[in-house]
Amino acid sequence: MGFFQKIIDGLKKTKERIGFKLNEIFKRGIFDEDFYEELEFILLSADVGEETAEDIIDQLRERMRQDRVADAKRANQYLREVLCEILGDEKFEIQTPCVITVAGVNGVGKTTTIGKLANIFVKQGKSVVIAAADTFRAAAGEQLEVWAKRAGVRIIKHEEGSDPAAVVFDAVSSAKSKGTDIVLVDTAGRLHNKKNLMEELKKIDRVIEREHPTATRKNLIVLDATTGQNAIAQVEVFDEAIDIDGIVLTKLDGTAKGGVVLAIKHDMDIPVYFVGVGEGIDDLLYFDPQSYVEGII
Amino acid sequence: MAAFSNLTDRINHIFSKLKNRGALSELEIKQAMREVRVALLEADVNYTVAKDFINKVTELAVGEKILKSLTPGQQVIKIVNEQLIELLGSTQSKLGVSPKLPTIIMMCGLQGAGKTTMCGKLAYHLQKQGKKVLLVADDVYRPAAIKQLEVVANKVKCGFFGMGQGNPVKIAKSGVEHATKNGYDTVIIDTAGRLHINEELMAELKSIKKAVDVFETLLVVDSMLGQDAVNVAKTFDEALDITGVIMTKLDGDTRGGSTLSIKAVTGKPIKFCGTGEKPEDLEIFYPDRMASRILGMGDVLTLIEKAQTAIDEEEALKMAKKLQNSTFDLEDYLKQFEQISKMGDLNDIVGMIPGASRLKLGDKKVDEKQIARNKAIIQSMTPEERKNPKILNYSRRKRIAAGCGLQVQDVNRLIKQYEQTCDMMKKMSKSKRLPF
Repeated sequence: MGFFQKIIDGLKKTKERIGFKLNEIFKRGIFDEDFYEELEFILLSADVGEETAEDIIDQLRERMRQDRVADAKRANQYLREVLCEILGDEKFEIQTPCVITVAGVNGVGKTTTIGKLANIFVKQGKSVVIAAADTFRAAAGEQLEVWAKRAGVRIIKHEEGSDPAAVVFDAVSSAKSKGTDIVLVDTAGRLHNKKNLMEELKKIDRVIEREHPTATRKNLIVLDATTGQNAIAQVEVFDEAIDIDGIVLTKLDGTAKGGVVLAIKHDMDIPVYFVGVGEGIDDLLYFDPQSYVEGII
Repeated sequence: MAAFSNLTDRINHIFSKLKNRGALSELEIKQAMREVRVALLEADVNYTVAKDFINKVTELAVGEKILKSLTPGQQVIKIVNEQLIELLGSTQSKLGVSPKLPTIIMMCGLQGAGKTTMCGKLAYHLQKQGKKVLLVADDVYRPAAIKQLEVVANKVKCGFFGMGQGNPVKIAKSGVEHATKNGYDTVIIDTAGRLHINEELMAELKSIKKAVDVFETLLVVDSMLGQDAVNVAKTFDEALDITGVIMTKLDGDTRGGSTLSIKAVTGKPIKFCGTGEKPEDLEIFYPDRMASRILGMGDVLTLIEKAQTAIDEEEALKMAKKLQNSTFDLEDYLKQFEQISKMGDLNDIVGMIPGASRLKLGDKKVDEKQIARNKAIIQSMTPEERKNPKILNYSRRKRIAAGCGLQVQDVNRLIKQYEQTCDMMKKMSKSKRLPF
């Protein structure tokens, strides 16, 4: 099964469950207020958010107005275009050595994502070391150890409750001396409104900057696709602390669509790099806007 | 609980416009309702739920009732409030006790909802009520989930039962047997997080439920959930006939609109809210208070209750007397700090004060550390110094600063603060309006 097929399939469940009426309303071929209202409903149900949904609808209206003879097929095409344009087409590329910090609130799937990321890089022939800097949650280190074993990579781990920055320091030093390509930093889940924890994250960021100045950096935030508009606040606050480069959107295999990423890209210009579509080690895919749009509408 | 604060802001804003006017036209109500709708959607209330809500409120608000009323704005707020309470569930609901012990509680939910953490909190809560609690590790899928539950159980000092990776139904059964043999009256089963559309895993939950005679089936839900909350809650409820819902992560800045949606689609009571990472961060869900919060009336009741449990009434009386007699010394000041920190997260408490949410607190967040520092400063003083702060000369202040690891300026600041407090209190007591 191709990568894209997998994500489409994952999202299909969503489509069928909610009883997606989009095709129907397009088929009707009448683009009146009812059509736009129905479309608004569909977008809002996908967590796109009021403001972004309105903007999408305005853009579609504009295109429809310019093309006076738009039929259902063309209208459908225009909607896809609008959505894809918002999502952009930025690929996740790194130059090694690279340190990738993975942050996010509690329970979004950071640890699982780290395991899957390690697997992707290993398959690309890169060497990876994981820094288990979630020293807070009970047994987080053990969980990560299992993932490291599955992916076949090294892991640097300290005692529970120890200083996360020290773990990162060790992992970075180890990567430097062994010439490891990629350091993956798992961080503790933190609600973004907790100031001290955000400070801790900044400290980790500083340690990496200081100890491994020649490495390129990527800071990823993991978002749960089931999260609603609060995801925007999450990205805002994490971005303020450590400059977020991109998003990993997890749990897309449920019925949620994670449409809030459209709002985030729209408002903050932060792209999605990866999507999580299952619990298996291979269930993390590079984000493809076309397939994603295909999946949500 | 800082939830809904943004929604509160929004509706406050809308109604501050309404409040200032004498009479309302239909059009104005409709406009206000549109803003309520936007606010609800931004708070992640499900689209359909929000729409129904707005229709209902509009129906009630537009027309005779509102137009004949003298203060239409108030009337609208009242209607919105009443409808919100109704939607949230009009009575608060507690955990039941099974007639046949042990009472078995099964926790279920999506991955990452916070089930394992919540197990610890519930155990802590129930133990405080004198129950003997056993946690059963039935999450056999997530790596190290069992270990995590064991750590949690040790932390709250309750029983733990695990059999490693195995058949979840068997583990649940053995867990209950273990409980019966060892005199536990409450069993909490921590199940693996699963997607509601994973039929195989949903069937597994059904089997566990059947096998061990579960008394309470609690759905644990992340309060940050978006539009999908309705699908999740509905599917779990249909499959397992849940008895209640626990909302987690309400200490974030989430507006928690999902709470409304879930209540609306399942009709099942929301029993608890998780509001932090510590075992004691668990609150009973009060729909009326939550509704008041949404409308910006502040969660006064919760605040009062919190204050009551934390502040010893006798202590408060003594303090009041002392203030009147102006014998309020640093020892008493220290006691005050201690009682404040007993009340829990200060930022949460501030959020409960009516109107406080409207002040953009922003960076002016109450610094918990500051209180700890203040305590440390006073604790570094001799009893004599605490009783008679006037003797605090420079060399004493220097010694105190060294003792608590702070600067002399910090000590000065505290003393100044104390003096201001005394002044303020004196003025207050003169006007016979004691703060207690």
